[in-house]
Amino acid sequence: MLPDLPHAIVLLGNYVVVPGLAYAAQLALGALGITLVFGILRFANLAHGDLMAFGTMVAVLVTWQFQAWGLGLGPLPTGLLALPVAILAASAAALAADRLVFRYYRRVHSAPIVLVMASVGVMFILNGIVRFIIGPDDQSFSDGARFIIRAREFRQLTGLEEGLAIKTTQCLTVAVAVVVVAALFWFLQRTRTGKSMRAYSDNEDLALLSGINPDRVVAITWIIAASLAAIAGTLYGLDKSFKPFTYFQLLLPMFAAAIVGGIGQPLGAIAGGFIVAFSELTVTYAYKKFLHYLLPDAWEPTGLAQLLSTDYKFAVSFVILVLVLLFRPTGLFRGRLL
Amino acid sequence: MSFLEARNMTGGYGGADILNGCTISVDRGEIAVIVGPNGAGKSTAMKAVFGMLQLRTGSVRLAGTDITRLSPQDRVHRGMAFVPQTSNVFVTMTVQENLEMGAFLRRDDISGTMERVFALFPVLRDKRQQPAGELSGGQRQQVAIGRALMTEPVLLMLDEPTAGVSPMVMDDLFARMIEIRREGIAILMAEQNARQALGIADTGYVLVTGENRYTDTGAALLADPDVRRAFLGG
Repeated sequence: MLPDLPHAIVLLGNYVVVPGLAYAAQLALGALGITLVFGILRFANLAHGDLMAFGTMVAVLVTWQFQAWGLGLGPLPTGLLALPVAILAASAAALAADRLVFRYYRRVHSAPIVLVMASVGVMFILNGIVRFIIGPDDQSFSDGARFIIRAREFRQLTGLEEGLAIKTTQCLTVAVAVVVVAALFWFLQRTRTGKSMRAYSDNEDLALLSGINPDRVVAITWIIAASLAAIAGTLYGLDKSFKPFTYFQLLLPMFAAAIVGGIGQPLGAIAGGFIVAFSELTVTYAYKKFLHYLLPDAWEPTGLAQLLSTDYKFAVSFVILVLVLLFRPTGLFRGRLL
Repeated sequence: MSFLEARNMTGGYGGADILNGCTISVDRGEIAVIVGPNGAGKSTAMKAVFGMLQLRTGSVRLAGTDITRLSPQDRVHRGMAFVPQTSNVFVTMTVQENLEMGAFLRRDDISGTMERVFALFPVLRDKRQQPAGELSGGQRQQVAIGRALMTEPVLLMLDEPTAGVSPMVMDDLFARMIEIRREGIAILMAEQNARQALGIADTGYVLVTGENRYTDTGAALLADPDVRRAFLGG
């Protein structure tokens, strides 16, 4: 039998490429927030995952309220309508954390590691607030049309035996991510405020000598990072489901993405998101059926042909993190050293 | 009374005083140069004038107003500009963006000022879209001075602007200072290359252990046998 390329490609598309793109977009948005906070405030904010959970929790609660009122967006999820509220809530939480915790350590010029430890405290507080309000359980808040193309429709359309399903939330995730990233880069490259943020990140002392107001730069950074966190979290929750613990776990792949790309480099965070997401998926995917389409029957593997069980998917981020820190600590885009 | 008057400054970074009654003044359209051996407190004096150092005693007056208690940012508002010795450009930003950041406080049209900077340093016009970190040492210094000029300052302060550049670049930078002086700007700089710097100085201050040792016109200091022997290598 000849290799069956169309079926193999569709199979991989369905299980790796499509979910990978959505996951990569979610990680990239999260990593962008981490990298911006690091660039401006010069510490690794470990509370970012739980800030994401906090924003998403607000999106879930507001979605439920909107659903109760009968408000919706038709085929699109109601969560999209709740997103602005989630963004406001996450920004308020980040600004409050800065005012109550981080600002003090900045004023006394603490070492970065002290700020990192303070962010662990903020992480636990946000963590507690989220569990207190919505509980630790899985919450589903996705509604609207679930699929753009169902596997069955795809099979009928193409006459292939393998199906390719594309979920509305996957498409939405990628579309929203593209718009948000484009807006962010326009802001950083073209606007006065965006340039002043880059200047502050580049050379704090010189930025002060130029009359750039550090308090304003810091506040805007928190608002942007929190907005990105709320957007990434809500998209992730719509795509999968919302469970506070999962968001805490996302911290590792998001940090891996930020560091692979070069921390402090927005472009690197996006590249890093893709690298981490696709590494995770390609390493944990079972290739048995894929090889069945490509190899002669006699060579077909008897096992699952899976390199790593999905239970160990976080190990992938961890390995990437360790390798990058060992061999190219500045990351792909020459960011700062942690 | 001079345009800038820093009188009797004493102070340091917490420990022992580095400045011990140092006095410096400069008028508009003049170049004043602070020279002296390593550790004499040249850079510290510059920082003190700019408010980056808490003074124990003494005062700084600009255009007759006491600014001793003002923060560096507030001094920028008053028309002072400072070019630090190191890390004086935004390396990841383009030349043009560096100049734009220099003018951050201004809300009016800055294109005229940018044109004047480009006229002063023509090479920057060609490199305007290049990140400042990719430029040569001399060109970086030009960006750093250009950035400081973007606020249209009345007093330009430079901390060892020729440190680490070639003699040719140094001559060129000093020639530009003379051009800037012609615009009626007061220039105060600390310099390690004492002989060349005193050559363009209207006033020279020889600082030793944070005190004024000799103060005179640049030419007079260059001619003084004691100064030559002790500080200019004969």
